[in-house]
Amino acid sequence: MTSRAARLLLCLCTPLCLFPSTSGAQDTIPQGVRVGLTYDPSTRPGVFVTAVAGETGDSVRAMLARNLDFGDRLNVLSAEPGAPPPAGRFNYELYAKLGASAIVQASMTREGSLHVVVHDVAAKRVLNVGDFAFGGAAPLSPAWRMTVHRASDEVERWITSVRGIAATRIVFVRDQRLWIVDSDGANATPLGVGGTALSPAWHPTGRYVAYTAMADDGLSVVVRDVQSGQARRMPRLGGSNFTPAFSPDGSTLVYSAGDDGTDLYAVAPFGGDAPRRVTFGRGTPTSSPSFSPDGRGIAYISGRLGHPEVYITDADGTNAELLTEAPSGDRPYRSDPDWSPDGRTVAFTSQEGPNLQVMVISLRDRRIRQLTGSARNENPSWAPDSRHVVFTSTRSGAKQLWVLDTESGRTRQLTRGAGVARQPAWSPRLEQP
Amino acid sequence: MHARIRSLALVAIALSAVTTTACKKKPVVAPPPAPVAAPFNQDSADAAARAAREAAERAAREAAERAAREEAARLAAAVAAAKAAFATPVYFDYDMSNIRDDQRATLDAKVPIFQANPDMRIRVAGHTDNRGSDEYNLALGQRRAAEVKQYLIARGIAADRIDVVSFGEERPAVAMDGEDAWAKNRRGEFEIIAGANPFKLPNK
Repeated sequence: MTSRAARLLLCLCTPLCLFPSTSGAQDTIPQGVRVGLTYDPSTRPGVFVTAVAGETGDSVRAMLARNLDFGDRLNVLSAEPGAPPPAGRFNYELYAKLGASAIVQASMTREGSLHVVVHDVAAKRVLNVGDFAFGGAAPLSPAWRMTVHRASDEVERWITSVRGIAATRIVFVRDQRLWIVDSDGANATPLGVGGTALSPAWHPTGRYVAYTAMADDGLSVVVRDVQSGQARRMPRLGGSNFTPAFSPDGSTLVYSAGDDGTDLYAVAPFGGDAPRRVTFGRGTPTSSPSFSPDGRGIAYISGRLGHPEVYITDADGTNAELLTEAPSGDRPYRSDPDWSPDGRTVAFTSQEGPNLQVMVISLRDRRIRQLTGSARNENPSWAPDSRHVVFTSTRSGAKQLWVLDTESGRTRQLTRGAGVARQPAWSPRLEQP
Repeated sequence: MHARIRSLALVAIALSAVTTTACKKKPVVAPPPAPVAAPFNQDSADAAARAAREAAERAAREAAERAAREEAARLAAAVAAAKAAFATPVYFDYDMSNIRDDQRATLDAKVPIFQANPDMRIRVAGHTDNRGSDEYNLALGQRRAAEVKQYLIARGIAADRIDVVSFGEERPAVAMDGEDAWAKNRRGEFEIIAGANPFKLPNK
């Protein structure tokens, strides 16, 4: 396999070259290993993204290739920048020799759409065709880019049968303000919330973000329309109110509230039933709920043992149980659970030696796997594919957001620049621009 | 009054002129100058007495004012000291919310101030260091503030006089890392929010 991969690499380096990897350090794979040699080609089909004609063609090609690369399911091989778009019938045999299983051929239509054709190299035929309307969005604008992201997510689905996660955004906290960034790290923008805002959480439609608002007189929960900026304050349930999470159907918002200790309460964020108590911590701290994808379970942090651990409960408050069994560590500390969208695992943060690390626990056998190892890593949030997590890390100095592929261990830095970035929440797939 | 003085002076000048004319042959002996200033002297004495009286009164007043000022300053200093003592934070151990034995005196010192200012209401803010989870620290800060409140209630302070809030790790006292900074950041802070203007000192 290694020799085959090496031969492939040699082939590619003459007329074509590997798409430059933009990933950073890897947590479970030694640094400096080329992506093209690391992954088994049989599980990462090779894909060419051909050159795209037109003024924005290079941007489209670069975005498609980068998105497919960031998806970690395909081995992206790309024509040299500036190469003309291939005309006429593809020489499938040549592409097969170069290790490509699929060819992605995109073009801009006169009607203002992105036209994408995916070729199945082995079958020597077109696999799928799609048109993605830009909806009049200005070239390279956020909405325009989101159209290209949606196209690459469909391409990934056509080839691997799993839809990509490019058409998503991550809301996070930078210097105590809410920011939103595209999944590829572009368009980092403040949300425009005045005052200190913390612990953001997405509504399942991607239309709203709930967050904790901190003022001199305490903590309250606000639900904000991301597009219009309209904000609505949730019922103040006595004492501090913080760390909200929407149910998967979007009809319920659960957050911590309390004066003495804190417990989770369920409220109807857009009007409806009276607030309902979920947990009974008897004066102990409780925070950070995360719903299971079927809406029937909630993972959360409780300090009832004298230190924080992750618990799960039925959403009605019954059957609460400790999920992260504490071993005899000198300083057990587990926090920030995030239930995976496929329902199988819960990612969380754990004190491991001097630092916090990101872990994942299987709900089937309670097996715990450590996902990070260098510097301080915390507050994981699952991507909609239940494979990638975004988390906070100090590995580059001040806290920044990083994305980890939990299957390969490959990581990339999502945010850069001034300020401390933390508390990320990955959006669902965004259908609207 | 000036007009009267002036007319007196004119009379005196006229009198001396008559005398001079009558004794023309006699060697001219210049009479002593008319006692023009005589009435002035009387007034001047009155004025001096008045001025002295006023000066004495002013001095007394200034002394009183100075004393009052000094007393006010002393009181203000005492109030400031009492307020500062009241604002002294209590500190917590890592990931703990119970009141440490060495922090009880700090809390006990606040009780007389509650008693001297029966309308006073305060806000206790719970803070954490930045080592654990940002989100859980909001809950831990709330617990710390609540423990402080429970302690004061047990010392006889009415529960409705104490608001509790949490700022988690978001408002550090010392924006640094390390054991010293962390120890200073794990704290409960005290803020008077109503009913203490004027602030009354506890009876010694």
